[in-house]
Amino acid sequence: MTEVLRITDLSRSFGETEALRGVNFAVGKGEWIGLLGPNGAGKTTCVRAIAGRVRPDAGVIRLFDTDVTQAGEAAAAARSRLGVVPQDIALYPTLTASENLQTFGALNGLSTSEARERAEWALEWTGLDGRRRDRVKTFSGGMKRRLNIACGVLHRPELILLDEPTVGVDPQSRERIWEMLGQLRDEGASLMLTTHQLDEAQRVCDRIVIIDHGCVIADGTLRSLIAETVGSDRRVIVTLDEPVGEGAFGATVRLNGTALEVTTEQVAADLPMVLEQVAGLGRRVEDVRIVEPSLQAVFLHLTGRELRE
Amino acid sequence: MIVALIRTGLIELKRDRVALGLTFVLPILFFSIFAIVFGQTGSDGASRVNVIVVDEDGSDASRRLIDALAAEPAIRLRTRTDADGNEQPWTQDEARAGVEDGDVPVAIILPEGFGSTVGRFFGDVAPIDLLIDTADPIAGRLVGGLLQKTAFTALPDLMVDQGLSAFEEHGGPMTPAQRLAAGALKRFLTTGGGPIGEGNDSGSASDDGFEFGGPITVNTIDVHQSDERKKNPAVSYYAAGTGVMFLLFSAAGAGGSLLDEQDNGTLERVLTSRISMTGLLLSKWILIAGIGAIQVTLMFVWGQLLFGLPLTAHIPGFVAMTIATALSASAFGLVLAAACRSRAQLSGASTIIILIMSAIGGSMFPRFMMPEVMQKAGLLTFNGWSLDGYRKVFWNDASLVELWPQLSVLTILTIVLFLVARLLAGKWEAA
Repeated sequence: MTEVLRITDLSRSFGETEALRGVNFAVGKGEWIGLLGPNGAGKTTCVRAIAGRVRPDAGVIRLFDTDVTQAGEAAAAARSRLGVVPQDIALYPTLTASENLQTFGALNGLSTSEARERAEWALEWTGLDGRRRDRVKTFSGGMKRRLNIACGVLHRPELILLDEPTVGVDPQSRERIWEMLGQLRDEGASLMLTTHQLDEAQRVCDRIVIIDHGCVIADGTLRSLIAETVGSDRRVIVTLDEPVGEGAFGATVRLNGTALEVTTEQVAADLPMVLEQVAGLGRRVEDVRIVEPSLQAVFLHLTGRELRE
Repeated sequence: MIVALIRTGLIELKRDRVALGLTFVLPILFFSIFAIVFGQTGSDGASRVNVIVVDEDGSDASRRLIDALAAEPAIRLRTRTDADGNEQPWTQDEARAGVEDGDVPVAIILPEGFGSTVGRFFGDVAPIDLLIDTADPIAGRLVGGLLQKTAFTALPDLMVDQGLSAFEEHGGPMTPAQRLAAGALKRFLTTGGGPIGEGNDSGSASDDGFEFGGPITVNTIDVHQSDERKKNPAVSYYAAGTGVMFLLFSAAGAGGSLLDEQDNGTLERVLTSRISMTGLLLSKWILIAGIGAIQVTLMFVWGQLLFGLPLTAHIPGFVAMTIATALSASAFGLVLAAACRSRAQLSGASTIIILIMSAIGGSMFPRFMMPEVMQKAGLLTFNGWSLDGYRKVFWNDASLVELWPQLSVLTILTIVLFLVARLLAGKWEAA
């Protein structure tokens, strides 16, 4: 796969704090990766370094095969193919949606007519066409969030750095945002998503990079990470109408009141056996749940459960 | 509960240094500045009026009067020398040009025949011409009064001689007793003391009812009197003073948009786009200067419409001064914004700095009325140079070339301030 971004041995310290300690990872063309990590892990520093807002102490950032750690026209040209969508609602609140879009279009190198044309596209894309002449400060959180994303992708970037795109929005807006981003995926855009919404990352990302204490501690598909960390066994939870006595099942079955839990790799084989045993005990099954290993489990497994400040 | 809230408020105040400064330091600072400006602390610091004296008489009397004027602490006689260091006399035309151009606010012309007629209360006299620039209304009155005073103190004998001579010419010869009394009076005036009736059997002058009032004859001439464009000098002064002060406030406020953008993340986003920090500052600088220029122009247009300010008669100079002033104020606003960490800090700092600059620089009170040391201090401020320029435009009809000192200083100030702002804005660049 052609790489649009490759980071090699990226390091950066702020005083005594080593924010990045030899970070390595890559993003392929059209690939969506999730850059995850606890607070203070180094995600923001990494994203800001890619965007050119932090100068690395060491290491190389190759963007579209250009070393952007070296200043110059080539680096500027490579960065112009990058779209950055910050977590903050970085918009001009007294400008209208249309005016914001045209401003950021111009700042990202679009001509006046191109900016106007792309603003039209973005207004439709975000569903804000009917509010184009309204000032942004009158928008709801979800509308601002959608416009915030649109301002970062107006110039058709080939790689999008997306920081917490759905934080603080309702489920409806969240769905709309992922629909919007899905269109960009269809158009072939690569995306690097930074988020604490692990379920979303699990759902949309092709690959997960977990960073902690300034280092990449995991990099791979969700399936491979699960296999490497918590294992691919699934939990089968059967809820009964009444509790059963201790020793009714084998040692592989854990009892908790009316619930019994089995961890197994062979759900199709093991579940009928469990249900047969339940029936034999004269109990009725009220619910069956199969819980797959999640990204959250992988994340907590790798980064621990202690609070990060 | 009340105590807890008071305690919280005090802790917040203690930790907000800007608020602390505004609350306790600014009033004292302002009091001190105004005490110096209006209180004229110390004689050395008092304002001295620059005066050109033209001696067309060349008499002993005119020289004595000039020496007495030179000794006046409130007056500084403007002199000039040739290549050999010899003092060169002024001509009447030069003196008039000096007042018209605003180099000096007052010129005194001692005419031919002054010495032979000084002290005559009526009849043929050679009056002193006092050329004044009413843009400085205090100077003319001050020098006029001092001229009367010095004439009496420096030329008392001539005053008596000429006065009595005129009296005898029109009223007939004096009696011996009257002559004796006049002689006693003359001795008293020239020696400066002693009872007036000393050695005089006829008693004191007051006993005889002598009156020695009456000024020397002075024609006060407003050099701009015939100029319809200068009907009301105060309007152009206060338009400029107020305009420049508020230009600084609005420039500082507009510069603060950088801090707003920093707070809401827009600045970070803009800087990840294709524009550089220098480009960003340039765009802000041009925008703020443009708004400032419109602001000042509106002020002057309003002044013309309502108060007869002669704007249309001074367009080139006004445009030059306004552009230079607005560009400089804009750069100043950027420096303030780049130096501060928050809007609150900017608000406090700009209030303190602009009010002090405006007080010293003459936006609130004309600099020519301030003590000399404050007048010089005013040239360290942005306001001082700008207001001097506007004054030259509207009062002295200065051409663009004649505005070069003010335009040069403001241009240099603009460049320096912009470079400082660029340096300070480095904090927002890639870390």
